Amino acid sequence: MDLQHKLEILADAAKYDASCASSGAARKDSRGGAGVGSTGGAGICHSYAPDGRCISLLKVLLTNACLYDCHYCINRRSSNVQRARFTPDEVVRLTLDFYKRNYIEGLFLSSGIIRSADHTMELVIAVARMLREEHHFRGYIHLKTIPEASTALIEMAGRYADRISINIELPTQQGLARLAPEKNLARTQAAMGHIRGKIDERHGEKRKPDAPKPPPFATGQSTQMLVGADDSTDAVILRRADLLYSDYRLRRVYYSGFSPIPDPSSLLPIRPPPLVREHRLYQADWLLRFYGFKVDEITTDAAPNLDLDLDPKLAWALRNRAIFPADVNKASREILLRVPGLGVRNVERILGARRYTRLRLADLLRLRVPMKKVLPFIIAADHTPARLGLDDESLRARFLPPPRQEELDFDASQPVRGDIGSVRSGEL
Amino acid sequence: MRTVVIQPVFEEWRKSARELLALRVPPDEVLWSDDAQEPGLFAPTDDASPRAAVPKVPPAFLDLARSVAAHCDARRWGVLYRVLWRLTHGGESHLLAVATDVDVRQLQQWCKAIGRDIHKMHAFVRFRLVGRDEATGREQFVAWFEPGHRIVHLAAGFFEKRFAGMDWSVLTPHECAHWDGNVLHFTPGVPRSAAPDDDALDDLWRTYYRSIFNPARLKVRAMQSEMPKKYWKNLPEAPLIAELIAESSGRVEKMLRTGLRPPKPAPNNAYLDSLRDLDAPGQPPPDEPPQTP
Repeated sequence: MDLQHKLEILADAAKYDASCASSGAARKDSRGGAGVGSTGGAGICHSYAPDGRCISLLKVLLTNACLYDCHYCINRRSSNVQRARFTPDEVVRLTLDFYKRNYIEGLFLSSGIIRSADHTMELVIAVARMLREEHHFRGYIHLKTIPEASTALIEMAGRYADRISINIELPTQQGLARLAPEKNLARTQAAMGHIRGKIDERHGEKRKPDAPKPPPFATGQSTQMLVGADDSTDAVILRRADLLYSDYRLRRVYYSGFSPIPDPSSLLPIRPPPLVREHRLYQADWLLRFYGFKVDEITTDAAPNLDLDLDPKLAWALRNRAIFPADVNKASREILLRVPGLGVRNVERILGARRYTRLRLADLLRLRVPMKKVLPFIIAADHTPARLGLDDESLRARFLPPPRQEELDFDASQPVRGDIGSVRSGEL
Repeated sequence: MRTVVIQPVFEEWRKSARELLALRVPPDEVLWSDDAQEPGLFAPTDDASPRAAVPKVPPAFLDLARSVAAHCDARRWGVLYRVLWRLTHGGESHLLAVATDVDVRQLQQWCKAIGRDIHKMHAFVRFRLVGRDEATGREQFVAWFEPGHRIVHLAAGFFEKRFAGMDWSVLTPHECAHWDGNVLHFTPGVPRSAAPDDDALDDLWRTYYRSIFNPARLKVRAMQSEMPKKYWKNLPEAPLIAELIAESSGRVEKMLRTGLRPPKPAPNNAYLDSLRDLDAPGQPPPDEPPQTP
């Protein structure tokens, strides 16, 4: 099989992994070295496919042959997809050739599990080792690791990679038992805990000044959760994500709406992808990480799934009208972050500017604050919302999107998955 | 009213602005105009302008000004001088903190446009292999790019750091940057025809682009907001976009029509057996997310 055909199969096999971040790595570059590569900036999306996803890394599987039988996965052993396998040398050459043409930020290497977790990890590590040690490659490397691999191999992967990840896949053990019988939530979290320990050891600030520096290790770990493959509610998904952020210090949890795959499994009939649900989960994720929301504020017992028609911050504000309106000239940062339509950066701008001037609506307009959205929730020097505004039970109806004429299309507000884009999309 | 004609580069504006400040010329008495001639290749070095007489400005203003200077809006010099005046003579030394101020907001928007232009240049430049230096053995690459503003000198440092191990040139209509392993240097702009059109690797790259695309999640507007059409003509992958969009619904239809495949029994494999042993009863219960009470 020629290289082009292998690339076709092994990129196709890798495209269901949503992660594409190339930011957050330690600062390094190729000056004074023998090769190419740099990391440590904001991360760059070198292209975009018509699915709206950024193309930042050469994202491929080493092989799509797999012992596991995860029913949402095109590469499961029951699938009759055509199988292929790169040699480590082929991946190294592709990475360097693509990198030198500025097509990519680096390599995201994953693999189907062949023979055993350790054997597979050794093959993946061999590619990273060749890139780093033989070709002096200083670009971005993201390695997918296997929870059941030995800790020594995970540590070696972390030594060459800028980021490592283990996919949690589903938020509950019941879901895994049914759809990914070889995977196990407790083992995955135990491996994440080990990785977190290594990251803290290398990059944490607790080390004594005279203690020897621990060996190099990736600066972060991330994971992916499938949405819509099992019947987990958004509340269950977000609680799992919250736990991964707090207990394992993940950089990112990616949410991937289960989308049709060729050759679907009889255990998991395919349905059209719930793209807007995925989008709402990303918005909720941002509320957890950047807006000071607690996970239990985002959904309610009565409605454990996010409102598909309203963004989760607006939905929260409508449930908690009593704390509004907030005075943009007086309210605390915490309260301003809760105002629908005010993003993190505009809150900072408001806090900076109001030390010197009384803010009026024209000032907010200049910051491109969405006025229709914020007006019922704020007081400004020249604005007090009509009282009935916030008492009005039909307020929700005011914010609902107009009836759609054409096909569902949520493109405009879809979060972009590179970290640079994420900052932008975080402005709810 | 006086008219100040400068070559449109930051250093020229700074020199003139210092002189005007020293003479206490208020901003509404100055008309700024770009010298019609192309700027010199090398930024003019600081001369003996009355530096000591210039009041201090926040370093953030200089960063902002350096970036805004690359913008092609003709009003930029005037707004920069007005903000400089307000910072130094207007009693508004805190001005940059007032993001809602009309002038500050304008500068920040220009600065953001420059940042985006630089970012897109870093993203969408495509190097083409043109040969190998016989003496050094280093590979030589050339790229063509059309930035929206005069940003080549601001964007080039990134390429030096990233591609130190190869020789490269980035050619643009206004300014070109070159790296030979030792020195980063700049030459005047060249026409498109000076750059090679393609590279032997482009086919493999297009194969990758085609294969990584998921036809089940078509989001054309999301793609275009990040990769506007004006960049497409210099991207080797862009000619695929139309056909990928056109084919996508048929590909999804086909997936939806596919028969469901039953699971295969596990093969005889020692590793899979060991996983089953791990899952056997007696293992600690998996950690479940807290359920809503």
